[in-house]
Amino acid sequence: MKALRQYLDKIKPNFEKGGKFEKLHSTFDAFETFLFTPKTTSKTGVHIHDAIDSKRTMSVVVLALIPALLFGIWNTGYQHFLSLGQADADFWQMIGYGALKVLPIVVVSYVVGLGIEFMFAQMKGHEVAEGFLVSGMLIPLVLPADVPLWMVAVATAFAVVIGKEVFGGTGMNIWNPALVARAFLFFAYPSKMSGDLIWVSGLSKGEGIVDGFSGATPLGNVITGKLDLLPSTLQSFIGTIPGSIGETSTLAILIGAVILLATGIANWKIMVSVFAGGYLMALGFNAIGTTDAMNVDALQQLCLGGFAFGAVFMATDPVSGSRTETGKYIYGFLIGVFAIMIRVFNPAYPEGVMLAILLMNTFAPLIDHVIVQQNIKRRLKRVKVNA
Amino acid sequence: MSDVIKIKRGLDIRLKGKAEKVFGSADMPELFAIKPGDFPGLVPKLTVKPGDKVKAGSVLFFDKYRTDIKFVSPVSGEVQVVNRGERRRILEVVVKSDNQNEAEDFGKIEVSSATKEEVTEKLLAAGLWPFVRQRPYNVVANPADSPKAIFISAFDSSPLAPDYDFIVSGLEKEFQAGVDALNKLTEGGIHIGVNNESASKVFMSLKGVTTHAFTGPHPAGNVGIQIHHVSPINKGDIYWTIQPQEVISIGKLVLNGVYDASRIIAVTGSEVKKQSYVKTKVGACIKSYVENNVEEGSLRYISGNVLSGDKISKDGYLGSYHSQITVIPEGDSHEFMGWAAPGLKKFSVSKSFFSWLCPKKEYALNANLNGGPRAIIMSGQYDKVLPMDILPEHLIKAIITEDIDKMEQLGIYEVAEEDLALCEFVCTSKLEVQHILRKGIDVMIKEMS
Repeated sequence: MKALRQYLDKIKPNFEKGGKFEKLHSTFDAFETFLFTPKTTSKTGVHIHDAIDSKRTMSVVVLALIPALLFGIWNTGYQHFLSLGQADADFWQMIGYGALKVLPIVVVSYVVGLGIEFMFAQMKGHEVAEGFLVSGMLIPLVLPADVPLWMVAVATAFAVVIGKEVFGGTGMNIWNPALVARAFLFFAYPSKMSGDLIWVSGLSKGEGIVDGFSGATPLGNVITGKLDLLPSTLQSFIGTIPGSIGETSTLAILIGAVILLATGIANWKIMVSVFAGGYLMALGFNAIGTTDAMNVDALQQLCLGGFAFGAVFMATDPVSGSRTETGKYIYGFLIGVFAIMIRVFNPAYPEGVMLAILLMNTFAPLIDHVIVQQNIKRRLKRVKVNA
Repeated sequence: MSDVIKIKRGLDIRLKGKAEKVFGSADMPELFAIKPGDFPGLVPKLTVKPGDKVKAGSVLFFDKYRTDIKFVSPVSGEVQVVNRGERRRILEVVVKSDNQNEAEDFGKIEVSSATKEEVTEKLLAAGLWPFVRQRPYNVVANPADSPKAIFISAFDSSPLAPDYDFIVSGLEKEFQAGVDALNKLTEGGIHIGVNNESASKVFMSLKGVTTHAFTGPHPAGNVGIQIHHVSPINKGDIYWTIQPQEVISIGKLVLNGVYDASRIIAVTGSEVKKQSYVKTKVGACIKSYVENNVEEGSLRYISGNVLSGDKISKDGYLGSYHSQITVIPEGDSHEFMGWAAPGLKKFSVSKSFFSWLCPKKEYALNANLNGGPRAIIMSGQYDKVLPMDILPEHLIKAIITEDIDKMEQLGIYEVAEEDLALCEFVCTSKLEVQHILRKGIDVMIKEMS
């Protein structure tokens, strides 16, 4: 390691101001700080700092996403071979097929996103923020496996530029960048992002598909009234169903949730409230029960579509979510409520979670405002009581 | 005594290097310095020049805008040098002690018959006034004010903090005399915040005070936190605060009529070989306490504790308000893939380092930032370590945007740097919270005057 350090110290001047590669300063800095923690020590204020930093935080989130990614890779293969009528295909065959489909999406998302991040960091003269490490993984996981790579590139670029950098970069954005990417694709290329054919890899080409195989997602079936085609709750919990790459397995997502909660990186208040809001709303609809969509079991509602994924990884994004402790309960609860409500009432958008989170991202500052005002009022009241 | 006040939020950082309750044998240093920088907002006006003979209690400089507030020499001797910084700002006025302990005679105070004015005048004359600080703002109090009450925290909960029970033992008489004098300055009485687990007899047997017991993690011992839980500061309220050893100095003035700058300080930190207490005086040069008593390597010397103390050099001087020296590793070296390491030797509030598996372990933390500064990303981190009904993140944002109304509404009057120090410690984005807060307080002082 010493040799590497010495080498870095040797080439460092080239990247400083006035050096040969001045334009690559941010890039060099990003790689240097990736390899070695900076030696900067505190100048004012506290002399010791908590060991955690942005890099550690983001890498824990990425780690928490790995189970969903791995399951997604397998499920992509599994669904593909199922559609070919070869459900007895080898495990590694499925992984191999899935990896070939999924990993290019991940690579494209990271290369495009990080490329833009590095550019902006250089232009603005600050360090490369780590936020995209998470967004870059979230984006592939909320997309169907057959999405064309150029769309991934366009959506990622849109998300990073319009969803984040125009606001000032990581920490300043209003909406969750990964959801901005998803919403962009959903509205710009609806034919590629909805329907029955896109969720199982290879299905839209239609070669060698067994007769009668439907690639419709469970939610698609709910909307079209085919409740008899709905998988069992257990099946939707484990995730052997068609859907976006990382969203199908509630089990894998919950493993991620455990990592996030145990390390204290994600906020349990938001996560629990989203599930509570969704569950209560679904129960309410069960009680009314006038349409097919209302009659889906409340517990199953939480396992279908992107609900669990959104609750665990998207709603808990601290930057776009509510930042007050009380506000987090309200914010999370309303995401759950709206997600199920959109899902049940609006057949055009069976995936309500994405829209519910984006909606509540928009309202999070308002929720915080109310909480802050309450704090202010308490302080004013104290004066009046004393006076 | 009233009910025990439980502080729920906060954090005890388990550091290596607590001082043993014994007195070290180091010599009394030769040099002492008073640093104008210890008193936020002060514009000093010098009254001495190098070579002048001074006694303990002789004026070195005074406040340009409140000329009756004087800052005096802790020892008798000769003014050796006035160190200046940028734009000739006075950094420190150094006095070389002659070991004669000569002191100016200010006359004893007959507390029972004294008026508020008489006590104030004596404290001002003897240079003890700067130890009386006011909330809001945590600056030297204005003698003309009538505070709602005076608060004294009788324990320090910060990392490696000195034990006041040990420091004040045997000084009951002086402490009581100091408290009696302070009682003349306010109609709201003296409030003492004691540690529920270990309050010593000195504090419990005091007469003429209201005692409040606190329990819980740091910052339970911060006087700002204690005021908040007993009687929160509203707009227009003024409270005064003073630390136990400073009360004893006042007590000695009352009883003997002289300025006695004696302090007992703890020499602490993981890099100190023999951690102990030493008897010294305000502004002492720390050289004799750390020389040959520290480990090798690049070190950081701190006057005060690791959260709110000041960085000084190895032959620097003890801050006027401090009762502690801490020496920790500077940590100015690179670490390979530090962000990815399991981190058994790293302390973190989050459980993303495996060190949480050993909940009793003590750490030798260094001054490394452990990461680069970022925009605020995580939320709720500050709230967990600030036991006040205040939204710290929103307050900090109000200060950054210089929104004066919001700062006031969100409670800037109630906090001082030390109260938000833990927020700065836990911050993932490495914000300089205390520095930002002091800037906000400066803006408020300017705006309100």
